[in-house]
Amino acid sequence: MSIYQLTVNKKKHRVDVDSDTPLLWVIRDVIGYTGTKFGCGMGLCGACTVLLNGSPIRSCSTPVSTLKATDKITTIEGLSEKATHPVQEAWVEAQVPQCGYCQSGQILAASALLASNPNPSDEDIDTAMAGNICRCGTYTRMRQAIHSAAKKIQNTKKS
Amino acid sequence: MKTSTSRRDFLRMSTTSAFVLALGFSSESKGKLLKKVTTTGVQINPYININEAGKVTLFNPRPDMGQGTYQILPMLLAEELDIPLDQVEIQMTDGSDRFGSQLSGGSSSVRTRWIPLRTAGATVREMLVQAAANRWKISMNDCSTKDGFVINKISQAKLSYGELVEEASHLPVPAKPKLKSFAEFTQLGKPSMRPDVPAKVDGTAIFGMDVQLPGMLYASILHSPTIYGKVQSYDATKAMAVKGVRFVLKTERVFFHGPYSDSGGFDQKLRGKAEAIAVVSESYWSALKAKKLIQVSWNALGFGETATEQYFNQAKAAALHEGNEYKDAKVGDFAKALQLSDYKVQGTYQTPFMSHAPMEPCNATVFVQGDQVEVWAPIQGPDGLVNDLATYLGVKRENIKINVTFMGGAFGRKAVFDFVMQAANLSKQVNAPVKVIWTREDDIQQGPYRPGMISAMQGGLDKDGNVLAFEHRLNGASIMASVFKADMRNNPDPWAGEGINLEDSPYAFPARRNSFNWIDPQMPVLWWRSVYASTNVFAQESFMDELAAEGEKDPLDLRLHLLRDAPKFVSVLNKLAEISDYRAKRKQGVSIGIAIARSFASIVAHAIVVEKQNTGGVKIKHVYSVIDCGFPLNPDNIKAQVESNIVYGLSAAVCNQITRTHGKTEQSNFHEYTVLRQGEIPASTIYVMPSQDEPGGVGEPGLPPIAPALCNAIFLATGKRVRTLPFDLSSI
Repeated sequence: MSIYQLTVNKKKHRVDVDSDTPLLWVIRDVIGYTGTKFGCGMGLCGACTVLLNGSPIRSCSTPVSTLKATDKITTIEGLSEKATHPVQEAWVEAQVPQCGYCQSGQILAASALLASNPNPSDEDIDTAMAGNICRCGTYTRMRQAIHSAAKKIQNTKKS
Repeated sequence: MKTSTSRRDFLRMSTTSAFVLALGFSSESKGKLLKKVTTTGVQINPYININEAGKVTLFNPRPDMGQGTYQILPMLLAEELDIPLDQVEIQMTDGSDRFGSQLSGGSSSVRTRWIPLRTAGATVREMLVQAAANRWKISMNDCSTKDGFVINKISQAKLSYGELVEEASHLPVPAKPKLKSFAEFTQLGKPSMRPDVPAKVDGTAIFGMDVQLPGMLYASILHSPTIYGKVQSYDATKAMAVKGVRFVLKTERVFFHGPYSDSGGFDQKLRGKAEAIAVVSESYWSALKAKKLIQVSWNALGFGETATEQYFNQAKAAALHEGNEYKDAKVGDFAKALQLSDYKVQGTYQTPFMSHAPMEPCNATVFVQGDQVEVWAPIQGPDGLVNDLATYLGVKRENIKINVTFMGGAFGRKAVFDFVMQAANLSKQVNAPVKVIWTREDDIQQGPYRPGMISAMQGGLDKDGNVLAFEHRLNGASIMASVFKADMRNNPDPWAGEGINLEDSPYAFPARRNSFNWIDPQMPVLWWRSVYASTNVFAQESFMDELAAEGEKDPLDLRLHLLRDAPKFVSVLNKLAEISDYRAKRKQGVSIGIAIARSFASIVAHAIVVEKQNTGGVKIKHVYSVIDCGFPLNPDNIKAQVESNIVYGLSAAVCNQITRTHGKTEQSNFHEYTVLRQGEIPASTIYVMPSQDEPGGVGEPGLPPIAPALCNAIFLATGKRVRTLPFDLSSI
């Protein structure tokens, strides 16, 4: 076991875990943010997606030892205050989630897409979201919600 | 549950105290999650608790796996109680007897609770009104209710439900409370926002995977690679050396309901349970690491050479013989009608074994303390789990408390509780709360699976192309045999005929026969979204188009003619033709295929437009769908469920399957058991039929007609008939 310093959702955490422990289990079982989910353990499904300095990564395949104390890790709990991120709002308006298990990862992937590409095309969405599986099949609504979140963000900037 | 009021249903309880998992509440740090919730208030019946401050708690008897029961069941209560759903707290029921059947399955939740829950709501409402009328000394007719208040229509005075509940609880329970008409509904019948959605966009919804208890240990399981099997010997030395590991133990896995002996029931020798090794550790990661270091010598119990190919060969051989006949599908004399036909058509269809692969792998947290058992788990039926645990552990049913969490998908998988029993077995062995988490590999390689089936179809036509005779021989595994150890050697599995019996499939064939040949799958099989309707309807609706082609009829016209005495089917088909512009002239290589099916008391028809690609293969351009599920309670959620079924059904048609050789499953994770992703989903247009009929099922009926609609479109575009699923769209 070793001590690691992590910055998760703007808070500093000291954790005492094995160096090969994936970030996923540190976030969920040590720090206690359970919004990040275990789905496949191989980086294939995207349920464990978190943001590392703004970019989506698969926390199930990211050993804690590869992270620096200055790295900014964002989980669904840290995306916004009171679920007010435009993607979260668009998700509620479009009634996207069904079982909801993959949705933390989907929302983080979508928020990263919009941060780098404020007006994504359908093809951009396909590429950015291809790593996140939804077995309930909410893909069509997610696409609509991403487009509508993009509009929200643009309107906020204009006003 | 009976619709009449009985004493047992209307126990008056002045206070209840419950240790519940507060679904949807924040759980930022470990250990906080489980909180002691004391529900004070008056519980006039099991489903409704009102406290004196007016807070209403509704108890929801159908677990939510994404299909929307978290909203729609409490809304049945809230509608009749006259309180907006967003003003109430929703709690899941705990499996105890007073709530009756609590299984989410068979798209039955609304259908079976439609009258009982509304009656429960209306009963309490009438008692509250009576209490107010007594206080005001006016007639009940001079009172109305709205938003949690009784209103005095003469004076316009108001009393809240909280102010009246104590008094109301002492009044006689009305024998026949008046239910609202559809026209009087204020919440049901229009698109509405699901109350679980906000918690599912900010990470606060609690799934089984998220349960954390003080002192809890984590377990990873090393299962028998052949599913059925015993541990001959094992060496845990290296595993025990991993930091955090507390125990390496023998455990077991049961299939599925009791009795849990090795050899209960027909041909279930060695299949009552399998042995497994568990690593119990302080963290899940260390349990996973240690699992890989265990050396096990397995006894495969004779299952070491089983293979799906062998199974399908057996099923194809069986298909040459008429099976055990279904009485609910028999019309006329099939053999004679076929003999008199001018043309005979045959087609053999194959559908694969499937894994449910919900996003949340199976997991459960159980604490066995002496004769007291408490469970926190994502399961489809807490009452069934109480029964199974009582049998398995030999404890009293009333000593078992189930906390139902949200399920991260289930699709039938979490209707059996083998993974919960493992956690119970381990908790008992180590005297601590234990959380068992299956890996994705456990999920995909251990089953239970949807049965793969061979459907042998035969039809006879006269010289004008009219269908005279129609036969469907089902050949394959029995879920009833797998789950309940029933003997299906000489009986048609009664569940296996769904979607193609005369009620579900009212085609006016002059002669018809459905039959079933049981084939031993040598693996556990289980309900998978829409169950046998998913396999039956693929064969039947594809074959309908084969008959149409042979008889030179348009596929829609043939169906409209044969369904002429089934007006609901005709309406659905006509609406589908309208929204899909079915009769439009399409360019060369672009075709529209259709299929229709009734399952779980609802009718769904899909039309799929495909385009032949110059580079080979076909592309799905658009899916059109019409659903008639009776009175639409939340039309937006009905659409969502059809969207979901399109994706789940298409994944099963063009992506994934389970194959087994040498007793082992060949797929292990999402790289081998592939599913559709964003960018692979066709655009869809979904129409929900208005209706004043009793509600039908919603979670499954959209699935069965999707694969045949696709394959019918492909035939029309390319001339190629797909009879085996899955297939590759790009190489058709």
